[in-house]
Amino acid sequence: MPTYTLTVNGQEHAVEAEPDMPLLWVLRDILGLTGTKFGCGSAFCGACEVHVDGAVQRSCVAPVSGVSGSVVTTIEGLSEDGTHPLQLAWNEVNVPQCGYCQSGQIMRAAGWMKDTPNPTAADVDANQSSNLCRCGTYQRIKEAILLAAEKGA
Amino acid sequence: MYGLELAGVIEPRTNLPGQLTVLNVSRRRFLKTTALGAGSVFVLGVFSGCSQDNLADWPDRAEPIGSLEEAGFKPNVFVGINEAGDVFLVCSRSEMGQGIRSSVPAIIADEMGADWDRCHILQATGHPRFGNQNTDGSRSIRNHFDDWRKAGATAREMLLAAAAQTWSVTPGDCSMAVHEVRHADGRTLGFGELAATAATMAVPASPAFRPRNEWRYIGTEIQGRDNKAFVTGSATYGVDVQVEGMLYAAIKRSPVLGGRVASVDDSAARAVSGVRDIVRLNEHTFPPAFQALGGVAVIADNTWAAFKGRDALQVTWEASDHDGWSTGAQRAAMDESVRAPGTTVREAGDTDAATVGATQVVEATYHIAMLPHAPMEPPNATAWVKADGTCEVWAPTQAPQTARGSVAGALGVDPEAVTVHVTFLGGGFGRKSKPDYCVEAALLSQAAGAPVKVTWSREDDLRHDYYHPPSAQYMRAGLGADGAPVSWLHRSSFPPIGSTFSNGVTGPGARDLLSGVSNMPYVISNVRFEACRAIAHQRIGWLRSVYNIHHGFSVNAFVAELAHAAGRDAKDYLLELIGPDREMTDLFPRPPVLDTARLKGVIRRAADEAGWGRELPTGHGMGIAGHFSFSSYVAHAVHASVENGQVRVHRVDCAVDCGTAVNLDRIRSQMEGATVFGLTIALKDGIEATDGAVTTGNFDTYRLLTMAETPETHVHIMDSDLPSGGVGEPGVPPLAPALAGAILQATGQPVRSLPIRLT
Ligand code: FES
Ligand code: FES
Repeated sequence: MPTYTLTVNGQEHAVEAEPDMPLLWVLRDILGLTGTKFGCGSAFCGACEVHVDGAVQRSCVAPVSGVSGSVVTTIEGLSEDGTHPLQLAWNEVNVPQCGYCQSGQIMRAAGWMKDTPNPTAADVDANQSSNLCRCGTYQRIKEAILLAAEKGA
Repeated sequence: MYGLELAGVIEPRTNLPGQLTVLNVSRRRFLKTTALGAGSVFVLGVFSGCSQDNLADWPDRAEPIGSLEEAGFKPNVFVGINEAGDVFLVCSRSEMGQGIRSSVPAIIADEMGADWDRCHILQATGHPRFGNQNTDGSRSIRNHFDDWRKAGATAREMLLAAAAQTWSVTPGDCSMAVHEVRHADGRTLGFGELAATAATMAVPASPAFRPRNEWRYIGTEIQGRDNKAFVTGSATYGVDVQVEGMLYAAIKRSPVLGGRVASVDDSAARAVSGVRDIVRLNEHTFPPAFQALGGVAVIADNTWAAFKGRDALQVTWEASDHDGWSTGAQRAAMDESVRAPGTTVREAGDTDAATVGATQVVEATYHIAMLPHAPMEPPNATAWVKADGTCEVWAPTQAPQTARGSVAGALGVDPEAVTVHVTFLGGGFGRKSKPDYCVEAALLSQAAGAPVKVTWSREDDLRHDYYHPPSAQYMRAGLGADGAPVSWLHRSSFPPIGSTFSNGVTGPGARDLLSGVSNMPYVISNVRFEACRAIAHQRIGWLRSVYNIHHGFSVNAFVAELAHAAGRDAKDYLLELIGPDREMTDLFPRPPVLDTARLKGVIRRAADEAGWGRELPTGHGMGIAGHFSFSSYVAHAVHASVENGQVRVHRVDCAVDCGTAVNLDRIRSQMEGATVFGLTIALKDGIEATDGAVTTGNFDTYRLLTMAETPETHVHIMDSDLPSGGVGEPGVPPLAPALAGAILQATGQPVRSLPIRLT
């Protein structure tokens, strides 16, 4: 089995995996980083989103062979202690219901807000609607994103 | 009266909600099991519905979710206090987004006088000693509010008694402050200082509940206890469980219900790197109940290899009775069924004669597609059948006791040999009340001789669910000269949940029509309600609000159509139809009884908040619906528009009367979520099937509402000090019919089928 190098949340790993194994399963089953979630496996829901070299990526459809040598940030590495402005805002407006989609939601927002740090509600709709939440927390996600922006995400 | 021969028993054994047994167990097992010091800890065991057998031996089984292990304290009780004054509260209900790990412990803490910030929440494993743990039916608070209060009140009185003894004063001189007892002269003793003495106090026979004006947490906005775990990725869901030496499994199940494996070619699957073994699982028998479906399993080193191996299996299936099933054929069969009279489950007056004499007759047939649960975390479970015959299961389950029993049954062991650890649930909606996936994991662990995690793909989930039944409903009403109905006929056809648990079920029964059909709240003299034949071709199960989904839809949508036909305002017409204030004890012989004043109350509130009756642009409309379910009343006023055949929902006003509100924030969030859930049902997709097999496979064909499609949602909670009602489910039923009413007003076209397809 080939070996791939990944820097995940600042730590370098050499992982042995089949080339087609999606980054999602490398993170979850090999590295034990289970904060990144499996929701659909086919790029439909966004539960698996992480940052690869700073860009939002659906890890369920990113073969490890294609991201070798990359710098990966997962929800566990977004902040040291859960104090990223989005995480704080999420807590403040009590966004999570079951919470399962929320790591993907937060990673997505943290990604596009680098380019759009002061979004309008319409910007949030446009950038965040690709991420599904079966519990229906959308209204609060939007509120939290706008709150975080106000406080300087 | 039956009492247990143990110290501190204060109530007879019973399974009734609102009744429980409190034991002072401070000096029992804790001497041995806690690291916090012998005899120094105050611990109350609070049990409902447990038997003497269950209490005879107490394995040390309550497990914390998250990071409470450092407390070194794993009690199998509801309330504990250590010398440092930390309070431990056990949550025996499953957390799936409704916030129960915040709401239930907050009730106990409030009655106790504990400081919420010094309380730690432990998650109960599945065991009868915890009383009913089935987290469905929106029951955690409506059935157990007084149980939780009693647990807290008992602790409070024992702490007060301990302080009085310490000070050699009468308890009347002591009062409960926050996390400490205060003497009239100003002296205080903290919970930690009192714990050891409190442990020696007699358990009070009937502790008084605190008056409402002393509540500090109940009825407030309670911050989510687990928010941090959710937003940092540290919350452990079932699918995140990792056990030393664990293998991973995926299963190929028959695409058609009842299909048995005819042949397997597993050569390609075995060639997949990381695949360890292929295991045949026996097919289920009928009725399927909670059995594993069976099929062919791939055991592998990781989830990806298991999925790949499973996809590489070549399996052929024997013919099944359900090979000919398709969504279209089933709908046609139900349509035919409701065209003819069914079995009358209730009748008053003479509906047919009154219809003949009516000024106007309105008829409509309503349909709702078969629906999946689709929790964002697909079903999964990890099991470890050990050499000594015991089994541990880690699962996102709404029903840990059912899981325990089903696993024990499948393994042929005593339920006491099975421990079910409850993880966080990435959504449940009723799917995770059915522990078939736990049984799969246990059988595979037994076969593999190692811990096994079985993970369902999204396709597995959407194709092998316990579906909400598809339905057809025929409604007919005769209107008098004043536009009010003089007759009402409702026929309902859908394969009922009973078909999953009994053979030979050919349609709904009288009980199945109680959710808003035969006990609907309108004053009409001539009524008839009929149950019509429908055959199940899949496992049918309960989905968030169950039959209220289709019955709440048809009944409310039909009333909007009648108002339209009569040229009347939909809200006024609805309120007039509900008629005078009354408790409907005739049609609800047992609690909860529908109180029409409360139903009208939420309808008026939703309408007022929405600005009902205001001028709307062309192409816009407003609809309203109200429904009683799970002891609560919910009304939705929906403002929508139709442009170029596209429905847009602009705003939803939701009024909810759930009696005494415990956690305002989670009531609101459940109503917000129910709005999205209801709009997904109304606007997105149903489950499709041909040749006996579900073709819907993932979120491309079962689409969920997105953020951009989510309307501004305003939730209005009615003030009430009546007993608490449910919150998780009752927000779903009125949404779709209120939207149908809005579309009717906007376009003049009735909506009779969900999901809505405007042509
Ligand atoms: S799991 Fe990757 S998009 Fe759904
Ligand atoms: S919070 Fe449950 S899926 Fe989003």
